[in-house]
Amino acid sequence: MDDAHEGPVLEVTDLETNFKTPAGLVRAVDGVSLSLERGKTIGIVGESGSGKSVLSRSIMGLLPSGNVVRKGSVRYQGQEIGELTPNQLRDFWGPEMAMIFQDPMTSLNPVMKIGNQITESIRYHLDQSKSESRETALALLQSVRIPEPTKRLNEYPHQLSGGMRQRVCIAVALACGPRLLIADEPTTALDVTVQSQILDLLQGQQEARFMAMILVTHDLGVVAGRTDEIAVMYAGQIVERAPTKVLFSKMKMPYTEALLKSIPKIENPSHTRLLAISGRPPSLVSPPSGCRFEPRCLYAQDRCREEMPPLMLAETPGHEYRCWFPVGTPEGKAALEKNLREKETPVGVDTSALVNG
Amino acid sequence: MAGSGKAHLRDGSLLRVEDLVVEFPAGPGRKVHAVSGISLDVVEGETLGLVGESGCGKSTTGKAIMQMPRPTSGTVAFEGEALTSLKGEALRQTRPTMQMIFQDPISSLNPRRKVGDIIGEPLRVWGRGDADEREKKVREVLEAVGIDPDAAMPRRPHQFSGGQCQRISIARALMLDPRVIICDEPVSALDVSVQAQILNLLEDMKARYGLTLIFIAHDLAVVKNVSDRVAVMYLGKVCEVGPPDTLYEEPAHHYTAALLSAIPVPDPEAERLDAGGIGGELPSPLDPPSGCRFRTRCPEAQERCAAEEPLMREVGVNHFVACHFPRIGGTAPPDASVPVTVSQH
Ligand SMILES: Nc1ncnc2c1ncn2[C@@H]1O[C@H](COP(=O)(O)OP(=O)(O)OP(=O)(O)O)[C@@H](O)[C@H]1O
Ligand SMILES: Nc1ncnc2c1ncn2[C@@H]1O[C@H](COP(=O)(O)OP(=O)(O)OP(=O)(O)O)[C@@H](O)[C@H]1O
Ligand code: SF4
Ligand code: SF4
Ligand SMILES: [Mg+2]
Ligand SMILES: [Mg+2]
Repeated sequence: MDDAHEGPVLEVTDLETNFKTPAGLVRAVDGVSLSLERGKTIGIVGESGSGKSVLSRSIMGLLPSGNVVRKGSVRYQGQEIGELTPNQLRDFWGPEMAMIFQDPMTSLNPVMKIGNQITESIRYHLDQSKSESRETALALLQSVRIPEPTKRLNEYPHQLSGGMRQRVCIAVALACGPRLLIADEPTTALDVTVQSQILDLLQGQQEARFMAMILVTHDLGVVAGRTDEIAVMYAGQIVERAPTKVLFSKMKMPYTEALLKSIPKIENPSHTRLLAISGRPPSLVSPPSGCRFEPRCLYAQDRCREEMPPLMLAETPGHEYRCWFPVGTPEGKAALEKNLREKETPVGVDTSALVNG
Repeated sequence: MAGSGKAHLRDGSLLRVEDLVVEFPAGPGRKVHAVSGISLDVVEGETLGLVGESGCGKSTTGKAIMQMPRPTSGTVAFEGEALTSLKGEALRQTRPTMQMIFQDPISSLNPRRKVGDIIGEPLRVWGRGDADEREKKVREVLEAVGIDPDAAMPRRPHQFSGGQCQRISIARALMLDPRVIICDEPVSALDVSVQAQILNLLEDMKARYGLTLIFIAHDLAVVKNVSDRVAVMYLGKVCEVGPPDTLYEEPAHHYTAALLSAIPVPDPEAERLDAGGIGGELPSPLDPPSGCRFRTRCPEAQERCAAEEPLMREVGVNHFVACHFPRIGGTAPPDASVPVTVSQH
């Protein structure tokens, strides 16, 4: 790839990824745009089924063939991913883009020794000899801080703990020095202690290698301290995007606020009543034609059901949101107060918990 | 018997677990030391939170309390009656008093049966009421957990979301009017939004049905939210017990402190505590370290920690720790087998 490429490493524009299913067209990613510079990390947050993994796989060009309908553009260093042949894609994965998954076992081969799993890709892409690639693999295992790396090269995945396996996956992903690393819930299956080790490791490698990184998670805590920017997804759309600090201090989207409020906070006394979000995300086959969060939103007004809010720009550069009655604005306050007075939203979401909370 | 001590046990508790040991065979001459001499109690109406890393023995403890399967040794007493010495029909008769709900709500419900039948089954098995009374109870409990009985009863579990299935599991656990419910990671598989719904529901059900709960989870914030008392487990042992607000504010055990410092805080301005929280790997339960099991990862470990197992002692109001050199409360007296007297407040 062209090292002299200027501008963002990744540019996604109006990306749609739909699946044809017997129940109808599933709109898993519906008009997503984002861009990412070298050396930056973007966090993608959202509930289960909001389209985070499908978005990640669409960027990687890793979608199942057959029932997928794709529209829009994904450009990596200016190159349209959708135009690459399967062979070109194979050359891409590793040196250009790499991905880490939630379950390390899905990307490791259970019957192949750790060492060979790492050297396989180094030898294919970097044209190193057998002994050179073994040295590289050893150095990689050291860099992801695997104890006794020489011994581990000859072990199989099942001989390692979950945290160690995820370290191996990171080593495999980093083996060919990618410029873009996509980590899809890399720590969701791990304990908090291991989680913080792995996140520190990823962050360290991202900084040392000046990679662009996409960190996918459903945990706002995970992205808070480790990203430059956050995109919140809901039902296939980005509903708010902002520099990380701005998102937390000036959030505009009632959904982002609701997500944050529903998490039990370690500093709160025990038995603090949680502000749950009622109901479930909508069907992606026939989502509401207005705002997709309207059936659950405490701010909702009639207009929200009638008209889908477009992505609007907030006062801070780089901050966008989809809402007619944003948090913290006079319209938003009026909308919420009205629903609190009437004890429910126009579609009957109970707002009384907020009054007591 | 090397246990971690019982200084933290109280009089008049509803459920009392003493010196509980669970071992699993693991090939010739080897065994998994899953739970190694732990003691716990729960007072009526209380929620005991059980936290610790994966593999530390939380689920094994929960199942051993249920006598499914029976522990290798130790006693579990309910209202003073030792379940561990009951057999056959006498043990069976105690089953309805304790129920358990699990992490994976969908697979814990029989996929081939209708929700109405799944929930009504415990009543049929135990011969409670006639058909009308049973249906009335099913409807009442489904409504209590926020599920519309008319819509739900004829449907099967896979037609419900994870959160709804967890509500259904809770309803099933409530059918026989249990006194104690052991919740094993009931919200770990759910989205944060749904997690909050289920945690609120558990608090409501506890109040409405006067339940006593044991709440197992690895998420410390979740455990703090629902618990009246928290026990921290590490590699088959209990290392610290206390009221959540105190224990989280001022952890006495180095392991608890490490766990707390590893939690990601949803606030970008928050100062990241000593990143990483805890180094090293969890030792194998096949061959746990001598003395204090945490010593291979503890920043404060000394020789004594390898030689002598620390016993539970009180370091604050209702706050107990098993550590020779805790973060608060001073060094343990030389011979820890001599009980320490701490003024009762
Ligand atoms: N191959 C497929 N065929 C049909 N639908 C699919 C396919 N893959 C994904 N989907 C649907 O696309 C939607 C988005 O799924 P996706 O896996 O991206 O969600 P997610 O945000 O990653 O959720 P999670 O947090 O659970 O990983 C879901 O409704 C899912 O069922
Ligand atoms: N039936 C079994 N046979 C052999 N070993 C077992 C069995 N059940 C549990 N173990 C082992 O006992 C130890 C404790 O397991 P347990 O499931 O109680 O941990 P846990 O704290 O519930 O972990 P998690 O958070 O992952 O659910 C582990 O090392 C586990 O591998
Ligand atoms: S206020 Fe309206 S537009 Fe904004 S999130 Fe709520 S429902 Fe959507
Ligand atoms: S007893 Fe020793 S090793 Fe164990 S926690 Fe205390 S100081 Fe650390
Ligand atoms: Mg996903
Ligand atoms: Mg468990």
